[in-house]
Amino acid sequence: MIKAMSKPKLAVVKFASCDGCQLTLLDAEDELLAIADAVHIAHFAEASSTLEPGPYDVTLVEGSITTQEDLERLLRLRADSRFLVTIGACATAGGVQALRNFADHDEFLKAVYAHPEYIHSLRTSTPISDHVPVDFELRGCPIDKHQLIEVLSSLIAGHRPRTSSECVCQPCKRRGTVCVVVAQGIACLGPVTQAGCGSICPAYDRGCYGCFGPSRQPNAMALSEGILQGASDRQQLANLLSNFNVAAPAFSAESQRLWQLSSRRSSK
Amino acid sequence: MSVAAEEVSWMDRNGLQRLIELLADEGHEVIGPRIDQGAIIYDSIRHVDELPRGWTEDSQPGTYRIQPRNDQEHFGFNVGPHSWKKYLFAPLTTVMRSRKTDQGWVMDSPQPELRRFAFLGVRACELAAIAVQDKVFMGAGTMDPEYQLRRSHLFIIAVQCTQAASTCFCTSMGTGPECHAGFDLALTEIEHGFLVVVGSDHGRRVMQSIDTRPASVDEITDGVRRRQRAVNQITRRLETDGIRDRLLSKLNHPQWDDVASRCLSCANCTMVCPTCFCHSVDEVHDLTNEEILRNRRWDSCFNVDFSHVAGGSVRDTTRSRYRQWLTHKLATWIDQFGSSGCVGCGRCITWCPVGIDLTHEVAMLCAEDAS
Ligand code: SF4
Ligand code: SF4
Ligand code: SF4
Repeated sequence: MIKAMSKPKLAVVKFASCDGCQLTLLDAEDELLAIADAVHIAHFAEASSTLEPGPYDVTLVEGSITTQEDLERLLRLRADSRFLVTIGACATAGGVQALRNFADHDEFLKAVYAHPEYIHSLRTSTPISDHVPVDFELRGCPIDKHQLIEVLSSLIAGHRPRTSSECVCQPCKRRGTVCVVVAQGIACLGPVTQAGCGSICPAYDRGCYGCFGPSRQPNAMALSEGILQGASDRQQLANLLSNFNVAAPAFSAESQRLWQLSSRRSSK
Repeated sequence: MSVAAEEVSWMDRNGLQRLIELLADEGHEVIGPRIDQGAIIYDSIRHVDELPRGWTEDSQPGTYRIQPRNDQEHFGFNVGPHSWKKYLFAPLTTVMRSRKTDQGWVMDSPQPELRRFAFLGVRACELAAIAVQDKVFMGAGTMDPEYQLRRSHLFIIAVQCTQAASTCFCTSMGTGPECHAGFDLALTEIEHGFLVVVGSDHGRRVMQSIDTRPASVDEITDGVRRRQRAVNQITRRLETDGIRDRLLSKLNHPQWDDVASRCLSCANCTMVCPTCFCHSVDEVHDLTNEEILRNRRWDSCFNVDFSHVAGGSVRDTTRSRYRQWLTHKLATWIDQFGSSGCVGCGRCITWCPVGIDLTHEVAMLCAEDAS
């Protein structure tokens, strides 16, 4: 049972990430005053240079673990945090930088840096939950403002945040969007992706990019086998699955399977 | 059904425009078919020019394309991705509100919003679907105030199908393709105009202000021939004889595993279905905890959370969820509401992203019954 908190002390901390999810908090212009009223923002480098030390009641963690130093910093942060909430695809799945998990890390370093010997990064980019217990995960690339406010207000009120586990198709249908798979033959990850974004992309004639990661019990193989025929489409779907949530297990298993199928085809 | 000549009148395209205007003047929002997002959808209509004149659609399991026709018919198609339920049973609505005031908590149910709709182009299967949802939302002991308010002010202009899609199977479900009752007006499109049959006093009143003439015998015969064409074009079948008992005796059939391997559990079938009525109610509060809304949204038996009870989800696999959907729709619905939950519109077949076809699944489940 979560107890209601009066003016909880909030920290916002980042690891390997683009800062976009933290900006969602600053983007919540209409609610920002109410947030500042309801929580004590103790540590938020993006917003203020005054950084108070822990412990914190609620810590929002953005970014993935890609260096040994970050891992040690995370362990200290966990010890300093009552509730640790991961925000965004980097923190919850490893982010787009987890593409390295499926390639040669040293090759990447050589290609990018003039002096790769100065770079001490880990071979993999991993989600926060691989290393410490996480109290709540907020998906998205970036996260959704309304879901973030739901998390903060729930923690203040003392109950579990209510974010839906349905897939992107359902808000897509509620807003009246015509399915782009059926009516236009566009590949869409909606049926295997968790809702939360408001199902924006299909409303603009785009397939879902899977920003919010796998839905509950996703059947990714049935999606690719059911909607796609031909090698080029396989690659297209494999590319879609290899975005911000490339290392989420349900997505990586299917993209690896599709890559193997299409490379087998092209080597013939 | 044959209709005596004096009961059928003929009206031209200008008459249809006049009808739209008269209904709008009465305060109705006229909703009808229109092309948008590569499909024929339902939306507000002000002018006959907005109708998908000269367009048709090709509906197949998992694919749908609009195509130009080689004539200028206004209603030369069947059903698309939308159904009328989005107007009567809104996808998202607030059913209760509580606010903290100096005097304590004040709770109220917002007055249901009266919207007077006039639906233009309701097909026979859709009339049947509205009748099914009437039983759900206005049946004994379950009165949904918003549904009831909108339903009681609804004006229905039915359109007779003169062709059928590959996904249609209303003849199996006994719901179509011809509309016999449940409308204010029913139109059959013939060359250069419409045959009009009046189905209510309100319909008769409106028609008095429109230029019409009695239809000729030739025109009436043409209408009959066109309606018969729809019947002839229906090829899909669902065997409904004893379907309740047959399906309920197949609860452990291996076909459920087979369909579960293909099904995405994405809920598109239930969202597009004109009879599916499941919904969830969420409570949402603001940061200050001083205003709490209780919102209702379309939900689906395909969601893991939908059957979440203390201890977990009782339908935690796609197999159990697909089985729940199909057996409710075609079997236990009969126990609950006295009719099938399926009207044979074929939407769930077309709009399933992977083309799962319930008529095929039923045939596979019941394959041994035939022999
Ligand atoms: S467009 Fe994508 S998200 Fe929308 S219903 Fe189709 S598959 Fe689902
Ligand atoms: S039958 Fe088709 S539309 Fe329905 S849940 Fe399964 S995959 Fe989705
Ligand atoms: S189950 Fe399918 S065919 Fe039957 S009414 Fe619903 S959408 Fe139409």
